[in-house]
Amino acid sequence: MNYNVDEKGYYGEFGGAFIPEMLYPNVENLRQQYLKVMEEPSFKAEFDLLLKNYVGRPSPLYFAKRLSEKYNTKIYLKREDLNHTGAHKVNNTIGQILMAKRLGKTRIIAETGAGQHGVATATVCALMGMECIVYMGEIDIARQAPNVARMKMLGAEVRPALSGSRTLKDATNEAIRDWINNPVDTHYIIGSAIGPHPYPDMVTRFQSIISEEIKWQLKEQEGKQNPDYVVACVGGGSNAAGTFYHFLHEEEVGIIAVEAAGKGVDSGESAATSVLGKEGIIHGCKTLLMQTPDGQITEPYSISAGLDYPGVGPMHAHLYKTGRAEFIPVTDDAAMEAGMELSKLEGIIPAIESSHAFAILKTRAFKPNDVVVINLSGRGDKDLSTYIKYFEL
Amino acid sequence: MIPAFVGIPKHTFRMNRIHQKLQSDKKLFSIYFTAGYPNLNDTVKIIQALESNGVDMIEIGLPFSDPLADGPTIQASSTQALKNGMTTAILFEQLKDIRSSVSIPLVIMGYFNPILQYGVEAFCKKCEEVGIDGLILPDLPLDVYQERYEAIFKKYGLINIFLITPQTSDDRIAQIDAASEGFIYMVSSASVTGSSDGFGTVQESYFQRIEKMGLKSLQIIGFGISNSETFQQATKWAKGAIIGSAFIKYITKNGTDTIGDFVKQIIKS
Ligand SMILES: Cc1ncc(COP(=O)(O)O)c(C=O)c1O
Repeated sequence: MNYNVDEKGYYGEFGGAFIPEMLYPNVENLRQQYLKVMEEPSFKAEFDLLLKNYVGRPSPLYFAKRLSEKYNTKIYLKREDLNHTGAHKVNNTIGQILMAKRLGKTRIIAETGAGQHGVATATVCALMGMECIVYMGEIDIARQAPNVARMKMLGAEVRPALSGSRTLKDATNEAIRDWINNPVDTHYIIGSAIGPHPYPDMVTRFQSIISEEIKWQLKEQEGKQNPDYVVACVGGGSNAAGTFYHFLHEEEVGIIAVEAAGKGVDSGESAATSVLGKEGIIHGCKTLLMQTPDGQITEPYSISAGLDYPGVGPMHAHLYKTGRAEFIPVTDDAAMEAGMELSKLEGIIPAIESSHAFAILKTRAFKPNDVVVINLSGRGDKDLSTYIKYFEL
Repeated sequence: MIPAFVGIPKHTFRMNRIHQKLQSDKKLFSIYFTAGYPNLNDTVKIIQALESNGVDMIEIGLPFSDPLADGPTIQASSTQALKNGMTTAILFEQLKDIRSSVSIPLVIMGYFNPILQYGVEAFCKKCEEVGIDGLILPDLPLDVYQERYEAIFKKYGLINIFLITPQTSDDRIAQIDAASEGFIYMVSSASVTGSSDGFGTVQESYFQRIEKMGLKSLQIIGFGISNSETFQQATKWAKGAIIGSAFIKYITKNGTDTIGDFVKQIIKS
């Protein structure tokens, strides 16, 4: 079984490029160029240097002793929370801004939900002196004021998405419309492993540095490259794709994808896309997505703004369909408790997205000798106000 | 050997109204509207009013929650239509007797996901039953159409209409022309629907470039046509022109009783 993208841009039956003709020249150009560009020695060198000196990579692989004792298994944390800007998102934005430069683009657009990808995009645009416009749902702008302020400080223009449900999916629509309106000078930096081919594969490759490092770091610490399990939360699926990438074809490695169940999978307020989704097309790609029987895309819910996307990247849809990965839904409550527990046991306050990944420890039993690597995709600073409200701190 | 009819696929067992219309000498005036807007049950009334006032062809918009090639006007009408309760099944129900009163070509324009959920074959079958002549599905790409759906569309006598834009390369246009059986939908500028900047030198040279290519398919220009002036400019270069957002704006403001006034305003002559 192949879990990577095929030459036509599909993961099994998922993926492809379902885009209007207006986007075809740009997406096709990107499709023809992306692998060539990524393989250029000068591109690699620039990417690696920025990851090292600007982002602060490699991010540590940390053996979580107290957490391991509590759950009677061996738990390692991949510390993406220690990256510059506080999450894994910047691995992708560094890669894509370098790609945009190679393609001769001078103007950058992005969508953002919680603001993490928006901040990571604004950051690299400041770094490269490029014009940056971030689309953000009007409702999210109100909910995520600190990240809006960060983007502004970094020189980006934050444009409210006023259409539809005025959240992430509409911000994505607006970014796509902007790209239609500005087809020549603009590159669209998508923030997750979603969108038309080649985006899911390109984003996955930029994020695959996560599993590349896990391999050699684990070898140093455990004497073997492969853990028994890798675990990551899935919104659109970029941190998970990066965490899984180099283990997809290592059959002894169990893959666990954690989705946001919101108030419960059957509550009507959830973002557990693999369970609740049906095959369809969202933002240019065929995948699993939450929709009405009539094919209208519905609005998901999660306490974590980074996980409430109504679709999931096509690679993950394929991992779900083939059974290669285990998908576990985690509720708001379970995630918040897990976030509190990690803070108390390890002195690390996780992003609420990442907290979802830790919550499986309560229900998914591992053997004492299992090596379980959990991707700590981001830090909790951005979520303090949610933690404060939830726990009445 | 029996020669194939030029431009008419041999498995089309009914003479498509689009082909007939394209054969007429006049420039064609086409209107897009969103089904279920402003009120759920306005669909038939709008179609009848458009035909009786001289419109040559109608694009019936199947509303979608996330219409990413559309500007604010059509988006808002789609959102409202969905709020009004519009569904694919209801649209077919509304259209079931449309051919007893309307004879101009009717095309459904929409996004692919609702059709995928309805079932592509079931959808095409229904289209044939109610008398739809063609489909415009901006996010169904040419290669996927040819590999998976062309045979189904043809089985039910539906013409698939492709878009080209000023950025579309000559090679790609030639490919699209070869795949087209009706007209080519020529998007006037690099924009979503509803821009009203008028046509400048960029459009003129694009229109000229296409004219020089000598395509087998006639072209109808859409996007950014909002008044009699832009309509005249567009039809100087193409077989016809499509107005969408400007019409939606008109019925938003004036309701659906004075549709004739809008139509006359565009085709004054
Ligand atoms: C810290 C963190 N983790 C995870 C996600 C989810 O995105 P993805 O599934 O693309 O990794 C986000 C999105 O904003 C995030 O900020």
